[in-house]
Amino acid sequence: MTDWPILSTVTFLPLVGALLILMIRDDSSVGRRNIRNVALLATGCTFILSLFIWVSFDNQEASFQMVERAEWLNTGIAYHMGVDGISMLFVILTTFLMPLCILASWESVQKRVKEYMIAFLVLETLMIGVFCALDIVLFYIFFEAGLIPMFIIIGVWGGKRRVYASFKFFLYTLAGSLLMLLAIMAMYWDAGTTDIPLLLNHDFPESMQFWLWIAFFASFAVKMPMWPVHTWLPDAHVEAPTAGSVILAGILLKLGGYGFIRFSLAMFPLASADLAPFVFALSVIAIIYTSLVAMMQDDIKKLIAYSSVAHMGYVTMGIFAANAQGVQGAIFQMLSHGLVSGALFLCVGVVYDRLHTREIAAYGGLVNNMPKYAVAFMVFTMANVGLPGTSGFVGEFLTLIGIFRANTWVALFATTGVILSAAYALWLYRRVIFGALEKESLKAMLDLTRREKIILYPLVALVIFFGVYPMPVFDVTAASVDNLLNNYTAAIQSANDLARAN
Amino acid sequence: MYHAIVFLPLIGAIIAGLFGRSIGAKASEYITSGFLVFAAFLSWIAFFTVALGEGETLRIPVMRWMESGALSVDWAFRIDTLTVVMLVVVNTVSSLVHVYSIGYMHHDPHRPRFFAYLSLFTFAMLMLVTSDNLLQMFFGWEGVGLASYLLIGFWYKKPSATAAAMKAFIVNRVGDFGFALGIFGVFVLFGSINFDTIFAGAADFIPTEDGSGGDVVLNFLGWQLDRADALTVTCLLLFMGAMGKSAQFLLHTWLPDAMEGPTPVSALIHAATMVTAGVFLVARMSPIFELSQAALTVVVVIGAITAFFAATVGLVQNDIKRVIAYSTCSQLGYMFVALGIGAYGAAIFHLFTHAFFKALLFLGAGSVIHAVSDEQDMRRMGGLRKHIPRTYWMMVIGTLALTGVGIPGLYFGTAGFFSKDAIIESAFVAHNAASGFAFTLLVVAALFTSFYSWRLIFMTFHGKPRASADVMHHVHESPNVMLIPLYILAAGALLAGILFHKQFFGDYYDGFWQGALFTLPENEIVHEFHHVPFWVKMSPFLAMLIGLVTAWYFYIRSPQTPRALAAQHHGLYQFLLNKWYFDELYDFLFVRSAKALGRFLWKQGDGRVIDGLGPDGVAARVQDITGRVVKLQTGYLYHYAFVMLIGVAALVTWMMLGSSF
Repeated sequence: MTDWPILSTVTFLPLVGALLILMIRDDSSVGRRNIRNVALLATGCTFILSLFIWVSFDNQEASFQMVERAEWLNTGIAYHMGVDGISMLFVILTTFLMPLCILASWESVQKRVKEYMIAFLVLETLMIGVFCALDIVLFYIFFEAGLIPMFIIIGVWGGKRRVYASFKFFLYTLAGSLLMLLAIMAMYWDAGTTDIPLLLNHDFPESMQFWLWIAFFASFAVKMPMWPVHTWLPDAHVEAPTAGSVILAGILLKLGGYGFIRFSLAMFPLASADLAPFVFALSVIAIIYTSLVAMMQDDIKKLIAYSSVAHMGYVTMGIFAANAQGVQGAIFQMLSHGLVSGALFLCVGVVYDRLHTREIAAYGGLVNNMPKYAVAFMVFTMANVGLPGTSGFVGEFLTLIGIFRANTWVALFATTGVILSAAYALWLYRRVIFGALEKESLKAMLDLTRREKIILYPLVALVIFFGVYPMPVFDVTAASVDNLLNNYTAAIQSANDLARAN
Repeated sequence: MYHAIVFLPLIGAIIAGLFGRSIGAKASEYITSGFLVFAAFLSWIAFFTVALGEGETLRIPVMRWMESGALSVDWAFRIDTLTVVMLVVVNTVSSLVHVYSIGYMHHDPHRPRFFAYLSLFTFAMLMLVTSDNLLQMFFGWEGVGLASYLLIGFWYKKPSATAAAMKAFIVNRVGDFGFALGIFGVFVLFGSINFDTIFAGAADFIPTEDGSGGDVVLNFLGWQLDRADALTVTCLLLFMGAMGKSAQFLLHTWLPDAMEGPTPVSALIHAATMVTAGVFLVARMSPIFELSQAALTVVVVIGAITAFFAATVGLVQNDIKRVIAYSTCSQLGYMFVALGIGAYGAAIFHLFTHAFFKALLFLGAGSVIHAVSDEQDMRRMGGLRKHIPRTYWMMVIGTLALTGVGIPGLYFGTAGFFSKDAIIESAFVAHNAASGFAFTLLVVAALFTSFYSWRLIFMTFHGKPRASADVMHHVHESPNVMLIPLYILAAGALLAGILFHKQFFGDYYDGFWQGALFTLPENEIVHEFHHVPFWVKMSPFLAMLIGLVTAWYFYIRSPQTPRALAAQHHGLYQFLLNKWYFDELYDFLFVRSAKALGRFLWKQGDGRVIDGLGPDGVAARVQDITGRVVKLQTGYLYHYAFVMLIGVAALVTWMMLGSSF
């Protein structure tokens, strides 16, 4: 099946589902059920199909695989798709989380079901597209277009302040993207191509690298989000429906990290090396600052959103540490965070569906009548804290060891995150789960339903599995990351040689 | 066999945890306890084959874990004498605690969960002691922390219990912060975190004759560190982890609060096993600690201060479990002093004996608490000797061992006599800069130990009953399922010293440890400590006697004296009773300030500055400007005409002037 365009199939299969849904009328409960079933089927098939990407992926190969290429617009811009060790697992993560999102919205979304499901399926296509695109214009289109369904999901199916939140989300991310567009044009003028594999081998002049780096940084830092452009995230999460939060935290945030690795680090190595201290500073501030802020939140979702910002701090730090542990740790941390934060938002969704509030103070003592929920929540809390044996630990540990090799000051401050994360996560757990069941409103709450078990248990299993045996991920990423870092060090080496020669 | 020892508890935990509800409490208890007893049996076999037999260091790989660049870590077991000693300690105490809990937790509705946690803890502890690299050790390290968190908060309806659980986890994390940095340091220095590589590489770090450390190998926080300094820094960071887990001075505050958990938990986790993980860590890393005198001196100082500090607090506590908890803290200080002066064997020996008598004391205390309807305050006990004689005698044996009763000069006495006196005598002969300081504090601490231990016995079992008649009416001896573990531990508390002192820290030292503990050739402490002056040999014995007599005088002969003394030295009494005010200090320094800072950053930083200048500010400005622009549209024709006129005038002016240049 070498010639079979598997990446395009995986990318556009959700769109086929969306077209099918378009043809179903949603004015009856049967129709709505069909819509949900079609959406679930489409995302489920996409996931299963995407596993074939992993199966046929060659771990030894450092460059892009399963490449598809078709001329487009006759301008040199091509429809060029492919995956390597860095991007492949993000595709799987996306396809894996989507069916869970559809399931999570099964009952909680009752209005405009048709549009909702279409938005999600379109979003899936765009997200997979971002990770597969090997043409920078194609990348940009997927990257930006992804904003629109997310904007709609928050703005239409969100909470009370959804309009404010969606505009904040849109403005922030758009502001960054415009700079990126300029940078893409500049890159085209300099390199004469928009092809990513070619751009990866192109040496941009040092002075130009700086500005290009800044422009890309503006876009990715907002997506990440890094301090101080993170304030859209808590608002967006709080207002978004549960599944929206899962996608936002699980996948959308990873676009930033993916972009840093694919573009900033790989294409502008000199600027990356020069500006790494700047990124380190922002990362460390993010880790400490947002952890402290997270501790004081009284809204569960906001707390988890802030903790996401802190965890993304480890990612940016690891990437620009620019060594094997740092970059692989960052990739792992992103994948793990996709599972863990997604799972945490799903957990919030479980109780939100029952009580319709996210106030921490409204809860307490849930372990008494929801023991299964308490166990699942405990596993994800511990993964969030970075307990060894859960996937959260592996990424955190590797990024920290990577940064320790690069800069011990940064490592020292970043490591305080392990204390702070324990403080906010366990405090949240204590206030929501532990204690006597005293509040009347909570007493009628039932434990996980079958649907919720189907959503949460696989996540529990994966979080523990990848904590104990993360090798599948490292096997996939090793070759590509090595290749990237070799090019990186070679570029810096030759620049240094040049400087010395002059 | 080693797979079985380590994984049986895990299997038990999974069975009891996932299927506890369907198979029932009885089955969960029997399965977990049965697995543990079997694992303990296997551990003793391992002890006899490896430590007392031929054993050489075994490495048993299980599975790959992480591989990234130069970092390569497996799940693997390292079996040497140090490991098997710990296996024996952990599995013996754990299996006895499992059995004991069948009786103690009899009325609890959540028994399957309890036994699942206990077995999970045991598994994590076994992973810790069998680990072949620092990362697996860290896994066990945090795993026991998790189990400890779950078990302290076992009675989750009690707010104090969940608070204590959280505190334990977070304070431990402070230590883990150091431990993690230490691991990073080791990785940078040795290029690996596997013990084999580290120990082999340590040879390059042996201090040179001229005292210089060689080239710069680590840039830590801006300091360019040579080999010697880099090693010292790394050791100190690792030691910080040990301080957290072993509740040493400054990071001790979680241990007394951890007594909120059920008593068997205190015996297993907070006395015999988990808290000794720090001691184990330093002993395991002896090949690098031994090379850094500076780091060892810090270990001695912290250990000595802890031994003294915890003993002083223990003098005045009224909660029976807290007295023993502070005693644990203090005894851990002894172990660290031993490590710091290079007497690793003595430290592990004390760990070994301490596990028996301290678990005995805790389980005995549990038996007392069980008897007096869950009362823990010793002021409401008294006179229990007649009612629960077996528990009484077991507690007395534990106390004899803890206070180190024996005959100086002759090799005859309880377990604590051998191990504690070995530490005190070693401290006297050691060449460490702080050993004199440590010797003094340890002897004083020995006096205090004896006082608070006998105070506990006298207040609980002697005198007139102070409990209500109703409680006294219900006092009953515990069932055999609880007493038999006590008998076994008592046997250990009495005999462990006589049987094993030559192996752990005596004539058979080399044959027993077979290199599992590293000492430099010039470290002769294992031979030197025998040759101390007679007064040194006598000093712990005298301290013990003075403590005993004072306690007897205060609590049997003239019970009004302690009260008068407390009133007379009110400030000092309050200072000790409130544990040197550490909780208040930390609450003020860290908890409150972190909360205030968090709130400040949220409201002011995020709210006012970032959002205020960013999106909200921009939005406000845009609205502002559009508002003004709207105002310009007045709708009056002459306003527009006037503006046009000005515009035309300006344009004409500009063209005329512009063209003239």
